Amino acid sequence: MLVYTVRRVLGAIPVLLLASVLTFVLIDLSGDPLADLHVQQPPPDPEVIQLQAERLYLDRSMPERYWLWMTGIGGNGDIGLLQGKFGPSTQSATYDIGANIAERLGVTLRLVGAAMVFALGLAVLTGVVSAMRQYSKLDYALTFVGFLALAMPTFWFAGLVQQAGVSFNELVGTPFFATVGDGTYQAQGLSPWGRFTNALAYMTLPTIVLMLTSFASWSRYQRTSMLEVLNSDYVRLARAKGLPNRVVVRRHALRTALIPLTTVVAVGMAAIIDGTVLTERVFQWRGLGEFFIQAVEANDSFALMAWLMLSGTTVILANLIADLLYGVLDPRIRYE
Amino acid sequence: MSENRAPDTVRTIDADGVGGVERTQLQMITRRFLRHRPAMISLGVLVVITLFAFVGPYLWTWDHTVHREIPPSVPPNADHPLGTTTAGNDVLGQLMRGAQQTLKVAFTVSILGTVVGSLWGATAGYYGGRVDSLMMRIVDVFMIVPLLVMVAAIAGSVRGGTTWWAVALIIAAFSWAQIARVVRGVVLSLREQEFVEAARAAGASPGWIIVRHLLPNAAGPIIVAATLLVAVAILLEAGMSFLSFGIQLPDISLGQMIGDARTAASTRPWLFYPPGVLLVVICLTINFIGDGLRDALDPRQTMERR
Repeated sequence: MLVYTVRRVLGAIPVLLLASVLTFVLIDLSGDPLADLHVQQPPPDPEVIQLQAERLYLDRSMPERYWLWMTGIGGNGDIGLLQGKFGPSTQSATYDIGANIAERLGVTLRLVGAAMVFALGLAVLTGVVSAMRQYSKLDYALTFVGFLALAMPTFWFAGLVQQAGVSFNELVGTPFFATVGDGTYQAQGLSPWGRFTNALAYMTLPTIVLMLTSFASWSRYQRTSMLEVLNSDYVRLARAKGLPNRVVVRRHALRTALIPLTTVVAVGMAAIIDGTVLTERVFQWRGLGEFFIQAVEANDSFALMAWLMLSGTTVILANLIADLLYGVLDPRIRYE
Repeated sequence: MSENRAPDTVRTIDADGVGGVERTQLQMITRRFLRHRPAMISLGVLVVITLFAFVGPYLWTWDHTVHREIPPSVPPNADHPLGTTTAGNDVLGQLMRGAQQTLKVAFTVSILGTVVGSLWGATAGYYGGRVDSLMMRIVDVFMIVPLLVMVAAIAGSVRGGTTWWAVALIIAAFSWAQIARVVRGVVLSLREQEFVEAARAAGASPGWIIVRHLLPNAAGPIIVAATLLVAVAILLEAGMSFLSFGIQLPDISLGQMIGDARTAASTRPWLFYPPGVLLVVICLTINFIGDGLRDALDPRQTMERR
């Protein structure tokens, strides 16, 4: 197991390296960090542009820039991923990419965590119910909801949910749901209970939005895997032994049917990151999604690279954990 | 039975037990698809939407651009059935153009992604070993980057904005990997079969075997994956445009329309709801068609049986 873990971690490194080269080249080719200076009116001093280019290491060649960005050797001390420095930003000379990410990480993780937990819980529940009542009206209704959710653009659904929240607030006469902002500022100086209700007010709607897509696809997988298990020989044996239905479903079928979901959840990680960017945009959260949009708008290559490496590492880690969990959950799988 | 080996005609017992009718593989697949009601209804709806998007602009008075004669911010009325925007666009005209751009992007992505992904996956699967692990490592790289974020970062950085085909190219460049994975899986099992060995023994080159023997036999999964890629591309394009990193003004796409109307959902609902509903309907129909195709091409996977 330990050997396998080490091998998998080492195996992830070339993938990450390859991803870093690929994204670096693409980001570098597609955008010009000096674009804003070039179109500025009145045109700035050529010297200003020159200084900015040097600050952003644009006077070096692309391979050299990649090397600098990765190692920081030969730079001005503000660059070098391996030293934990993400490089200079176009947004301002004092904009610290690392500090900004650290500041926003909590906001985004809160949303992603809540959405994943609720999506998973609901997906298992509806998937199992669907499988148990196969071809019933309920099964068809849940299937249709799943199809609808998969066809729904996250940002449009977010708008609908936001609108529903506003209508609900008007109906009850108090601002029950907060439809704008992440609530970090409002939570300052509150009692633990106050913090909880504050979080509830701010997080409910965005969580519903973010969990929708994942919930739909996970629920379909759960249904399929549950059906497969329910039709297997050992479940038939359990029934033949005369075990009560409750025991058969909970102790025999469900446990096995949950195993494939670990992989599905890990693969869905990238989609959740996409969803976060859209959800944060609609609800105007100051999270990593907003950080990303600002970085694209400012042609901030190093900030984009930091963001993409972070999300890539997250997805790889999620897949790694899923594979290892798989071995723990399913005793038939041996990693020796 | 689902593999289409050398003989084109298969003597088969009909699913209904009528028995003994001689049908080609294609006829059987078509029959199964025609009987799939959600898929057939979806196909009809999609045809109507396609006509609306491509023929509609020729029939309707207003196009998607700003006109001085159009009164700003008017709710739906006889002259403008879906109302107008603040700048002075006819929303119906915008909707036609938006749907058109969305469909063009989606189908281009699907064709490009499928061709590249199939060849890549089939090559990796056929050769196996080191070639396979190297090629699939590259696929892994594409699978770990969040798609929407990546295409938005690239398209958003392109100076002077992007046109529909540039958006399609960028999306295709990042979404072929899923197809490659599917095709490789199928080819891995196909290449061990006798007909491939026979082709090799007859002196066929690897390229010939991949294109003439392996890919046609993987057609089922490829078609299904290509259909689903259309839906993925639609949602990606919409997401990019919503973040305003996709198709740029004065051109319009459905995602961009939703993005512009984001803050006006309650005050001017006619701007917010039509593009969203249209997007959902397009994606729904494509997903249902994909489902019908899967059931028709591979009856073993049908949800109804079991």
